[in-house]
Amino acid sequence: MKTNLKWIIGLFVLILFMGCKNEADTQNQSNEAPTEQKTEKSGQAFIKDDVGKPNVLQIAIGSKDHSTLVAAVQAAELENALVNAGPLMVFAPVNAAFDALPEGTVDNLLKPENKDQLAHILKHHVTPGNYSKDFLKKFKKLGQASNGYVPVEVKGDDVFVGGAKILASVPAGNGIVHVVDKVILPEE
Amino acid sequence: MKHILTRFFGITFAVLLITGCNNSNSQSNGALGSSAAEKVYVAPGEQDDFYAFLSGGYSGNLTVYGLPSGRMFKEIPVFSQFPTSGYGYSEETKPLLNTSFGFVPWDDLHHPDISQTNGELDGRWIFVNGNNTPRIARIDLSTFETSEIIEVPNCAGNHSSSYVTENTEYVVAGTRFAVPVPQRDMSIKDKKGNFKGALTFYKVDPETGRMSLAFQVLMPGFDYDKAHPGRGNSHGWFFFTTYNTEEANTLLEVNASQNDKDFIAAVNWKKIEEFVANGGGTKMPTSYMHNVYDEETHTATSTTINEVLTVDPADVAGAIYFLPTPKSPHGCDVDPSGEYIVGSGKLSADVTVHSFTKMMDAIENEKFSADAYGIPVLDFEAINAGSVKSGGLGPLHTEFDANGNAYTTFFISSEVVKWKLGTWEVLDRKPTFYSVGHLMIPGGNSRKPFGKYVVAMNKITKDRYLPTGPELEHSAQLYDISGEKMELLSDFPTHGEPHYAAGCPAELLAPKSTKIYKLEENKHKYVTPTPGDARVERNGNEVHVYMAMIRSHFTPDNIEGIKVGDKVFFHITNHEQDFDVPHGFAMIGANNSEVLIMPGQTKTLTWEPKRVGVWPFYCTDFCSALHQEMQGYIRVSPSNSNIELSWSLGE
Repeated sequence: MKTNLKWIIGLFVLILFMGCKNEADTQNQSNEAPTEQKTEKSGQAFIKDDVGKPNVLQIAIGSKDHSTLVAAVQAAELENALVNAGPLMVFAPVNAAFDALPEGTVDNLLKPENKDQLAHILKHHVTPGNYSKDFLKKFKKLGQASNGYVPVEVKGDDVFVGGAKILASVPAGNGIVHVVDKVILPEE
Repeated sequence: MKHILTRFFGITFAVLLITGCNNSNSQSNGALGSSAAEKVYVAPGEQDDFYAFLSGGYSGNLTVYGLPSGRMFKEIPVFSQFPTSGYGYSEETKPLLNTSFGFVPWDDLHHPDISQTNGELDGRWIFVNGNNTPRIARIDLSTFETSEIIEVPNCAGNHSSSYVTENTEYVVAGTRFAVPVPQRDMSIKDKKGNFKGALTFYKVDPETGRMSLAFQVLMPGFDYDKAHPGRGNSHGWFFFTTYNTEEANTLLEVNASQNDKDFIAAVNWKKIEEFVANGGGTKMPTSYMHNVYDEETHTATSTTINEVLTVDPADVAGAIYFLPTPKSPHGCDVDPSGEYIVGSGKLSADVTVHSFTKMMDAIENEKFSADAYGIPVLDFEAINAGSVKSGGLGPLHTEFDANGNAYTTFFISSEVVKWKLGTWEVLDRKPTFYSVGHLMIPGGNSRKPFGKYVVAMNKITKDRYLPTGPELEHSAQLYDISGEKMELLSDFPTHGEPHYAAGCPAELLAPKSTKIYKLEENKHKYVTPTPGDARVERNGNEVHVYMAMIRSHFTPDNIEGIKVGDKVFFHITNHEQDFDVPHGFAMIGANNSEVLIMPGQTKTLTWEPKRVGVWPFYCTDFCSALHQEMQGYIRVSPSNSNIELSWSLGE
């Protein structure tokens, strides 16, 4: 038993050391090239606020149908962009929408080397604005955070944005989340 | 037992692991912090390297900070009454707040701009604009007091203001909310084509700084948002961003974003100046006020002016062009060389840069893509120098350093992006906390920037300071920009809402800062030049108290013969001639504020006693060891009493 304990202690000391070493390394890196490293876990996205109306990011995080989207937002490090004063209108594809993409697409986009491309696609799902589904019928197109445009089409009671149908809408503290059934891919 | 032990060690080490790593985290932040700390540390007794003048937005006032410390030195009252000093309450300063709408004791102060000579900051005056009830104010940078406020007729939302030309020939005022000119009763729905956006040019007297309305260009009814002057080769031109070229009158967030591109209006003011000098323009009846504070009489006076010289762009060929600029441009910034005109489409990811050389070429070769109300719209491709593919979102404002770099704020992505003029390459980006609006580099929109620091002024604070309830002062961040990468140095709170700022090296202002007003030069109408001149005079129910003050008494300090229903004017002269020894004066029940009186100055507080009794007054500024003794009494008798006026000190 004594041996076991020593082993356990040893293991934890090792983990502790490695954990801290990694942390220190990250900090060193961030001193040399402090471009984006420091922002990873600081900023508005990480402020604890359980009183205010949830923002668009918190709504996405809280939805089990959007775990792929949330993972993508985290991989692209766009958390802070989604908690801004905005207003932001996020077209949030459900998991099934990502699943419908050609096999391997999502895995490929989640790779660190494709971070910029992923961020660009995600920004194509964000409009600076805050409009209800009904109100969106007034628009012909929307200017997206990707700098591109998406068409708005009305078919009966349904509203399609960039070809994706709005399934549900959740007002947020800093805008609105429209749940959509498709991933809206930029044209280029 | 084994199980328990394992759990115990497991928990203990898990805690250690977490706290251990937290420590390492905070230590490395601390290490980073200490080098930053050295850069912002101004040792006790030492002084800052730069002045920074931050607009106070809805406070109506201008605040003065030191950089790099971020310490606030002064709040200069401009458009708002300020009980701290009695500005806007004292009889001498009330006229500064007169307008054609009556007395307006508040405004939304934006865009400070320091006067320039040859495109460089000269530190004589700083101009600021009132957005709500359109006005421009001039603040004297030797006294740090508001010297002049002039109204902007035919304007609503004086937003693209109060920028100066390269030699402070003019200070401009552009209309954000197009309105009928002249104002008239008409349907709002008929806005399109029937409203105007006036761009007003005020001539600045090179000796005194006094402003006078030179001419007003009546532009199409767009929203004129921001502006900056040409410099160097582009001197003689002024650039104004526009949005809502759709001329929508409702739900602008949708209806003013229909056009892919709005315009930057390029105005050749030299050409218009010439046109006007040759008798051009149309005189239009109007009414606006011009308020001037005289430093010798320590008193402001208001004058109403009933005419404005307007210019129809159609009458001055070749003076005005539109530069198409994407996505409702906000910031309009001109680089130190004057070659690049930067328009920030506030819903865009990119920053658009136009070339002045290309613009002149497009004008010469008539490369027009359209016209708007007869004003030629230049071909976008012909004038565009490039665009910055920023990767951010919501660019607002740009400032420059002296090494060919530009720094642009991005509101939505909360960051400052540094990029290279000419190559449009992004060199660095740093987060701001949070939702940054303006930024300021001392001299950063002039021919000679002092590119040591940039101050980012944020709209949202959230967790940056200890919470103070729902309302937080906006946060600013100071970055060192002397290296290749920007380095965040510090956070400091700002007062009101800074809409732009201006900064300059300390040595430009500090040596000439006024220390006292000379008592023998005091030409106030009600001055009390010596204590022997102190007296009380009655004129009907108006009572004028000629009072002197010096450490540590008032002359007189006992007054009798005041009656209920009187209107008492305390004209108080501070006889100190010693730097930084103001006295204050407060009267119980006065329905205004205290007044703070600088050495050698006279100020007047009005008091209308309503109750019989013996009422005290006192000095509000702890002036001396005997400050608490600096007090006096006034006897107030019934309105029908026949007690004679009398006054005394030490009797």
